[in-house]
Amino acid sequence: MTVDVLAALPKLAQRLGGEDAVLASAERLSGGASMETWAFAVETLKGVRQDLILRRRSAPFDPDTARSVSLTAEAALIAAVRAKGAPAAPLVHLCDDEDGLGEAHVTARVSGETLGRKIVSDPRFEAVRPKLARQCGEILAQIHATPPPQAAGLKSADFLGELARYEEIYRGSGAERPVLELAFQHLKKHAPEPAPLTLLHGDFRNGNLMIDPEIGVAAVLDWELSHVGDPAEDLGWICVNSWRFGRPDRPVGGFGDYADLLAGYEAAGGAPVSLSRVRAWQALGSLKWGVMCLMMYQSWAGGVEASVERPMIGRRVSETEVDLVYLLEAGL
Amino acid sequence: MITHPRAEELTEAVARWIDEVRPGLDPRNAFLARVAANMLGVVARQQQLGPAAEAAATERFIVLLDHQGEYADLNSELCEKLRAGTLDAATPGLIETLKANVLDQLAIDQPNYRHEGLAGGA
Repeated sequence: MTVDVLAALPKLAQRLGGEDAVLASAERLSGGASMETWAFAVETLKGVRQDLILRRRSAPFDPDTARSVSLTAEAALIAAVRAKGAPAAPLVHLCDDEDGLGEAHVTARVSGETLGRKIVSDPRFEAVRPKLARQCGEILAQIHATPPPQAAGLKSADFLGELARYEEIYRGSGAERPVLELAFQHLKKHAPEPAPLTLLHGDFRNGNLMIDPEIGVAAVLDWELSHVGDPAEDLGWICVNSWRFGRPDRPVGGFGDYADLLAGYEAAGGAPVSLSRVRAWQALGSLKWGVMCLMMYQSWAGGVEASVERPMIGRRVSETEVDLVYLLEAGL
Repeated sequence: MITHPRAEELTEAVARWIDEVRPGLDPRNAFLARVAANMLGVVARQQQLGPAAEAAATERFIVLLDHQGEYADLNSELCEKLRAGTLDAATPGLIETLKANVLDQLAIDQPNYRHEGLAGGA
């Protein structure tokens, strides 16, 4: 189904702002393979303005095979984690047939910066940067304390399951990469003991955080990979070097230290997690990202995706191999 | 090797042209144009560094596996032995071999990438 978003938005503006409301602006922010994000604003005659974000699915969605959740599930998650105090942009509207936008939802637009490189290096964030790792720990504790909403129908994942899933994809690719091979076998033998499962964000990293120069983490974005799993998965993912944006010396997102992340996590009520658990999940994170890079190259090689970007991402596998070899050398 | 022009001069000329037209492109295409220019950088570095990197990797595999062979065959054999557990992280020389090889590869793919080894102790 082709949807003309710009044609549908004025009607949505009236639904959200009342009959005299108009669409004041609309701009497409990003378009992934399956999800679109639009920034738009609704203004009434009296000049009351609402800045909003529309997320809509632009490709067919199969809930059985997809790793991502539906936008309806995302809406339920946002409400649930906000009740525990986690900063997710509040839901304004869950779209239905009347809107003619397909599967979509509207949230408030939270201002700030999401570009990882700016967050780790721009002087505007110098003052708030030292606080971010602790805030991330506190927010993760809030998310992990949230009962998984039944309506979201979340999948679950654990260390060995994730390892097996990605090893299968790697085998299917036909690539022969000694470091990835070593990492699969080593992590299988040295998997951390299973932990009680909790709600996870699933893609908690620098790039999915809206950072405000004054207050720090203003919102956690992109809940579509949320699932139930080991709390250390979220804690390790934000430490993967591929999203430290040139600051490997600051292991948490390129802005902070492990100790601050874990201290914030415990202070906010999270069950203590050892650094070695975080590092094991971080290594699995690098390995998963390496395999994802292979997959993105393959989607181009197989003719599924024509973008010039895809084959280049295949050359990012070596970054994960170097990171992994240093992690293995340091001991996991 | 063919000269006048050399292959790397061809890639350089295309990369320069992309940089020239990039400011006039819409944001999405400007981003993709930058990716494309970076790709030409990879090709140029592979031309320049690739043969020596592969020769060095082959030498390291020969020492580790203790017999002669071609790069692709030795690489496959190493992968099989790692999968079977005949070799693992504790095997003397293994980590050093892999590290040297992937660092050479990274110098081609992303020479500016600040990797985990530059973290200054975990």
